[in-house]
Amino acid sequence: MILQTQAIGKAFGSVLALREVSMGVAAGQVTCVLGDNGAGKSTLIKILSGVHQHDSGTLLIDGGEIRLTSPRDALDRGIATVYQDLAMIPLMSVWRNFFLGSEPVKSLGRFDVATARRVARDELRAMGIDIRDVDQPVGTLSGGERQSVAIARAVHFGARVLILDEPTSALGVKQAGVVLRYIARARDRGLGVVFITHNPHHAYPVGDRFLLLNRGTSLGEYGKADISRQELTSLMAGGAELEQLEHELTRE
Amino acid sequence: MSSVAVDERLGEVGRVRRLLVRPELGAVVGAIVVFVFFASQSAVFRSVSGIANWLDPAATLGIMAVAIALLMIGGEFDLSAGVLTGTTGLVLVTLSTRFGLNVWLAMLVGLAVALAVGFANGLIVTRTRLPSFIVTLGTFLMLQGINLGVTKMITGTVQVSGLRKAPGFESARVVFGGTIGDSGFRVAIIWWILVTIVASWVLMRSRAGNWIFAVGGNEQAARAVGVPAARTKIALFMTTAFAAWLVGSIMALRFTSVQANAGIGQEFIYIIAAVIGGCLLTGGYGSAIGASIGAIIFGMADKGIVFLGWDADWFMFFLGAMLLLATLANRMVRRYAEEVKH
Repeated sequence: MILQTQAIGKAFGSVLALREVSMGVAAGQVTCVLGDNGAGKSTLIKILSGVHQHDSGTLLIDGGEIRLTSPRDALDRGIATVYQDLAMIPLMSVWRNFFLGSEPVKSLGRFDVATARRVARDELRAMGIDIRDVDQPVGTLSGGERQSVAIARAVHFGARVLILDEPTSALGVKQAGVVLRYIARARDRGLGVVFITHNPHHAYPVGDRFLLLNRGTSLGEYGKADISRQELTSLMAGGAELEQLEHELTRE
Repeated sequence: MSSVAVDERLGEVGRVRRLLVRPELGAVVGAIVVFVFFASQSAVFRSVSGIANWLDPAATLGIMAVAIALLMIGGEFDLSAGVLTGTTGLVLVTLSTRFGLNVWLAMLVGLAVALAVGFANGLIVTRTRLPSFIVTLGTFLMLQGINLGVTKMITGTVQVSGLRKAPGFESARVVFGGTIGDSGFRVAIIWWILVTIVASWVLMRSRAGNWIFAVGGNEQAARAVGVPAARTKIALFMTTAFAAWLVGSIMALRFTSVQANAGIGQEFIYIIAAVIGGCLLTGGYGSAIGASIGAIIFGMADKGIVFLGWDADWFMFFLGAMLLLATLANRMVRRYAEEVKH
């Protein structure tokens, strides 16, 4: 396990946002975090990515206990997070976005533009991302392409763990498929991926482990062998609740 | 593999569209139209001395417009920039005429004052997250009060003068306030070109430039990938203050006296020039050269109307029309750049 939590918890004032959640992600594996709105997914990834600090339990990197102080701290330890809407700056070109915050510089703070253009294009191609033109503003890319560029960026800058916050939720079926393919490719390159979603149909094909959250607490972490897609879907929706709903909705 | 392979889906259309979305395109077209209009009507306007004449207001405005453009690309405004040119001029003239300081030393003090004001503006904006429009409106009014109050206290009038007799005046005037040889072109034009080149280079070819676009485009996203957003913005406010000091010193050395209300009302002209040059009011987009061309349009119209013998009041009408046209053109650019394909 590269990144692991043990009975981790977080409270905001009197609200217990997260209670005793244990999960882990290994190199070359995808751990999916599933849960409905308000299940605590956001709180969990904010702890993993250094935005919030946990109040209870332990966070381990490579087996050693740690407390992340900031997103920059997490980044320096190889944990990169791609947020759904915060990933890119629309008016800036693809290559400027790709290197934002980690620009290749020559002496006197000169931005090595030629290198930046070439590396951005090569890295995107290596991930199988086919961008028409690295000079085009990111705003002209589709949602799936934007997520993909952000993933390629994290891979290029040596991330060992990639946290993806609902990368497929705003996308159409085809676009979501594209993003899932890049998740698989990042995994094949040896990264540990934490994939947050509320869609079991997106999670099941690509995931190795599944953490289910409900109302701030864990419903369990399952290996792929231990759970079927059907079970996953029904757990997600709260099992009995779904049956109840189905009953309600049936015609007389 | 060649540095950047050409994609077969990028045809001629792509190239034309790319040219169209250059931020300064609208300003270039506008400048050509304005030049042709005045040059065809007035022989003086197109003569060498005429050009020297209208490049002069363009230069001092251009220095400020370029700095304001950088700040606006970084997502902030500075309404105190105009009155700060007055403050730095007043500091310079007061210190050298009333306290016997060498002009060069007095300029250095003026620079320190300007940078302190810029730093304060930047610090308040980044710490409190208040809109810079409000924060710098506050500094604007405070500086306006100080300029008048202190000047009256020291001189009993609303101006300080007599810089000509101060030690070091002649050498400083050659560097900042004089003309280039006997050509009739002001030295300020060189400063203006220098400022434009440096600003363009920083924007397009330096790491800092990438950060400026980023903090103006989406500050949170920039911060999330490790861009020092607060530091970038404070540096931008200080750059604007530096430009105000440069212009304030140029004006003071040229006229040898400064009115206590100098620079008031100019702050919007700077913003207008930057917007005509392609800066978006919402930040994240624009160009330094564009702002300079905006300043040229302003200079041409300012003097051209006089050369044609028109009433100078028409200048304001012209300025308003240019601003409206420029913002409309900018909006089209932004729509193009931000349109999302699904």
